[in-house]
Amino acid sequence: MTADLQPLVSVTDLSVAFPSEGGVVRAVDGLSFELAPGGALAIVGESGSGKSTAAYALLGLHRGTGAEVTGSVRVAGHDVSAADDAELRRVRGGAAAMVFQDPLSSLDPYQAIGDQIAEVHRVHRPGASRRDARARAVEVLGRVGIPDAARRARSRPHEFSGGMRQRALIAMALACEPRLLVADEPTTALDVTVQAQILDLLRELRAETGMGLILVTHDLGVAAGSVDDLLVMKDGRAVERGPVRTVLDAPDETYTRDLLAAVPRVNVRRTVLRKPTGVGSSGGPSGGPSDNTALLEATGLRREFGRGKRAVTAVDGVSLTVRAGETVGVVGESGSGKTTLGRMLVRLLEPTGGELRYRGRDIGTLRERELRAFRSELQMVFQDPVSSLNPRRSIGESIADPLRAAGKLGDAEIVARVRELLERVGLDPGAYHRYPHEFSGGQRQRVGIARALAPEPRLIVCDEPVSALDVTTQAQVVRLLGELQRDLGLALVFIAHDLAVVRQVSDRLVVMRGGRIVEEGPADSVYEQPRDPYTQGLLAAVPLLEPAGAAA
Amino acid sequence: MTTYFLRRALGAVAVVLVLSAVVYVTFYVAPGDPARLACGPRCNPEQIRQVREQLALDDPLLVQYWHFLQGVFTGQDYSAGTAVLHCDAPCFGLSYQNNQQVTDMLVERLPATASLAVGAMVVWLAVGIGTGLLSALRRGGATERVLTWLTLAGTATPVFISGLVLLMVFCAYLEWLPFPSYVPLTEDPEQWAWNMLLPWVALGLLESAKYARLTRSSTLETLAEDHIRTFRAYGVPERSLVARHALRGALAPVIALTAADFGSIFGGAVLTEMMFGLPGIGQLLVRSTQTIDLPVVVAVVVITGAAVVIANIVADVLYAVADRRVALR
Amino acid sequence: MTDLLITQEPVAGDAPATGARQVWRRLTARKSAVAAAAVLGLLVLLALAAPLLAALEGQDPNTYHDTLVDSARGGVPLGDFGGISAEHWLGVEPGTGRDMFVRLLYGARVSLLVALGATVVQVLIGLAVGLTAALGNRFVDSALSHLTDVMVAMPLLVFAIALMAVVPADFPRPLLLVFAIGLLAWGPMARLVRGQTLSLKKLDYVSAARLTGGSSWRVARRELLPALAAPVITYAAILLPSNIVIEASMSFLGVGVKPPTPSWGQMLSTATTWFRADPTYVLLPALLLFVTTLAFTVLADGVRVALDPREASRLRVGRGGRESRKSRPGGTA
Repeated sequence: MTADLQPLVSVTDLSVAFPSEGGVVRAVDGLSFELAPGGALAIVGESGSGKSTAAYALLGLHRGTGAEVTGSVRVAGHDVSAADDAELRRVRGGAAAMVFQDPLSSLDPYQAIGDQIAEVHRVHRPGASRRDARARAVEVLGRVGIPDAARRARSRPHEFSGGMRQRALIAMALACEPRLLVADEPTTALDVTVQAQILDLLRELRAETGMGLILVTHDLGVAAGSVDDLLVMKDGRAVERGPVRTVLDAPDETYTRDLLAAVPRVNVRRTVLRKPTGVGSSGGPSGGPSDNTALLEATGLRREFGRGKRAVTAVDGVSLTVRAGETVGVVGESGSGKTTLGRMLVRLLEPTGGELRYRGRDIGTLRERELRAFRSELQMVFQDPVSSLNPRRSIGESIADPLRAAGKLGDAEIVARVRELLERVGLDPGAYHRYPHEFSGGQRQRVGIARALAPEPRLIVCDEPVSALDVTTQAQVVRLLGELQRDLGLALVFIAHDLAVVRQVSDRLVVMRGGRIVEEGPADSVYEQPRDPYTQGLLAAVPLLEPAGAAA
Repeated sequence: MTTYFLRRALGAVAVVLVLSAVVYVTFYVAPGDPARLACGPRCNPEQIRQVREQLALDDPLLVQYWHFLQGVFTGQDYSAGTAVLHCDAPCFGLSYQNNQQVTDMLVERLPATASLAVGAMVVWLAVGIGTGLLSALRRGGATERVLTWLTLAGTATPVFISGLVLLMVFCAYLEWLPFPSYVPLTEDPEQWAWNMLLPWVALGLLESAKYARLTRSSTLETLAEDHIRTFRAYGVPERSLVARHALRGALAPVIALTAADFGSIFGGAVLTEMMFGLPGIGQLLVRSTQTIDLPVVVAVVVITGAAVVIANIVADVLYAVADRRVALR
Repeated sequence: MTDLLITQEPVAGDAPATGARQVWRRLTARKSAVAAAAVLGLLVLLALAAPLLAALEGQDPNTYHDTLVDSARGGVPLGDFGGISAEHWLGVEPGTGRDMFVRLLYGARVSLLVALGATVVQVLIGLAVGLTAALGNRFVDSALSHLTDVMVAMPLLVFAIALMAVVPADFPRPLLLVFAIGLLAWGPMARLVRGQTLSLKKLDYVSAARLTGGSSWRVARRELLPALAAPVITYAAILLPSNIVIEASMSFLGVGVKPPTPSWGQMLSTATTWFRADPTYVLLPALLLFVTTLAFTVLADGVRVALDPREASRLRVGRGGRESRKSRPGGTA
């Protein structure tokens, strides 16, 4: 085939613009790249870099959406930008297949998975009989590692686990033997151990079928172990492009260097922020429990949702002590109960069992009214920077809220205090009267931190405080939390699914699974000598930037 | 699933009981002496006293309600002077107007209402789903604009306006159709259909506007879902995208609404029946309201309530069966 | 110590603006909505000025004019188009000869007042029931939700008609209609408020407000109620035209306002016997009722789109697994 001599993918001067209420948004702006047959390229970038938009253009998915696409896109010998509808349909799935981020919503909920794959097969192989197509579906399902594929092909998507669904979606992609696989954040919705399995599968399939891969991801670690070439995007443009090791080990561009520097490493000890001398507050964050006063003590904490047969135990007998001034990291995969635990610790949720003591006083069973006295001392920073601020109130008013509720300070004092807090978290003190939508995600998270600081709490529970943020913003917010903890002598409970992020802040680490604590100990020792097999598996699954680690 | 049905059935029984109690008490406590109403305008106080005794109107309300319930389940005997009138099991009492059994009156009027409901439903499903799908699939075109305005106009029109206009055009001016006068299906199917045509169209077309809007929005919502994007990205032609992957989810709420509407139409097509002089349950209700024939009014309200409650359970089940993501709880 | 002092960095295209000004701009950008608002403005003005206009025409709603109808033909108005003349701008009523122009205007008053009053009652009850259900404990919620379900499902007209059978004759009818419609048809509003409140309650900023240590009422007032305004207004705008239709329907059935108070529904009811002899008498109230409800419906549609610009942002390729919960509205046939 002569096509093999040409590049598999060739994109020249691609621009994609979306008309919107506030004018035209240029998501991709003059992007060019090529991919050789059988090659693998990762497009990496932060949110808004246009990486997914560019990937969608490879299959002509912007057609009919109102987006303006210019430039040329050629995939496996087809001119996607000029193709008529019939040719475009042949390209989609036949020459290039796509795997999407959320495997649950990406499959038809009403139909058996095997039927869905068979349907796609028959679209591209009009001669194939129904039976052939079904057989092919079972074959590819088996190929992607679905056990008992013939039987499971009759299941509907909701009967599969998240990882299995993503495998099924990959099987659909394989159904018509495409020459290119485009994977848009294929592992972002998955837990880290499942992510590792899916990435392994992609590597195997590539080696076996010789198809090309374009992997769109925000995670440099995921890209590092899966592709040959790396394309770094920012604001719709290519910043840097080259062989993966070259870009990662010796980046040319400052942006790439900053990006790499911001990536948290799970295999690097955290740099302990030393407390400036002369600040008199109990408890040092660095040396672990030098001071043994337990601030918050949970004993056999339980929480069930629902009643009767449908009851689900989210947290199942967790005992945990948080001492003044220390940071406890809580890690776990989805469904481990970590968020429920965090919400119980600040009493946004009532425990169904067990005991929760704050400075010796049982607060686990207090009612809302009785809790008010303790509210100011236990605060929380939330995950979602969008929903954690009331869009109808200025950020200053949001921060002032706990002060106004306490009713101790006058109006002028409150405003002064809010300005001070804004400055403390790295925002313009003049931003008092601005509204949340005027701020970026990272800035909103800073506002959330300022609000948590306002009533001068002793303990802040941070529930995935940086997981919705881009990696550079993530690093800034994590650094801010570290500084605040050091300067104010706060106790922090830092809940996250990302083991590397947690390592950057924690004195002690708690690993949760299925509502229980499986391992607990000083952070460095858990990370370096995990005792529990689950923790070991978790740590081994974290994708690493460095090749030495990637082999492990 | 079984526990779900059991729970819903128990809930429905409870709702209908509470509803009937509320209705019963409201109507029999209300000002206006039931005995006087039952007896008629030319009664003397002594006759009224007799009727009061007959109907046991001096018993406490709860006892009266209990008798009412008993009547519904086991039947009841009424003494009229020397004769004894027996009222069979689903007994809702005797009409104040002519001492006829209320149940018989209702059964008599059921065919007209059922004819209207079934025919109109066929019209509104065909027209509503058709236009809804068409305007969802022809987005942004002139077709969509015209259909959008038509459905808006449809939702803004009461049936007595569309009915009047239809009567004026087809009966008075063009003289294509007879002025509707109900002919039972069993008597003459052709005349039945010919006479029902205008009521069907008048009610069906208006209702179809609601269905068109629901179909349109639900289809658009389904077409925007991620799994549709998946199949589009795999080269599945638009036509089979809609037919195989969007339609089922899109029509789930439409089917559910149909079931719910079908329940309420049994008592609720009052306007259409009055407009076209159909001898249905709605017409009976309005007449009984004007003559304050309490047993009939109470019966119609309670039966309609029961029909609606049952229809809603059916609707929920149909919705869950059609859209498997909704769990029955 | 602070690593960076961020000042200006507005984020474009993120989170659709929901401020009052943007909503107003989006609303006024829709020609159909502006036209509908103009029609309704005119109608309200005419209704308010009814006594003035009646004086201007020199007629009143209740005077019979036997000389203007042809008693030999059963009372058909003399003259063309229902007896339109310089004295009677829109002709006279068949049978009685009462002035149509004035009667239609007074009919508009009844129609608008009853619909508005009923909508207010529906909003108040809906808010009270919906909020109590969403914020109360499990038993309160379950009881109120069941009640709401029943209210949503019940065919309103049947109940309203039945109710008219037992209310004393001397009770002021317009007020009775307001309460009958308001008390029987608050179900969908309560359901909407409960649903909205429940999803708001899940938002982190409401949790954060609880952590401030303020009272529950304080949280509800500051965080929940303002966010409920938009959906409640939208839904009230949808309820208004349907209340107009309900009032007209009840008057049509003879259980609405009592004669001689003029009402569109009642005129249409009489018109069923006149449409051959005097089509003008059918067309005038029918047209007026149709235009009014259509204008309200169009305006409500405009308000809905202006408050929920998702419609406009559907342009983008479906990204992210947006959870879609389909509405299943209850019906009144």
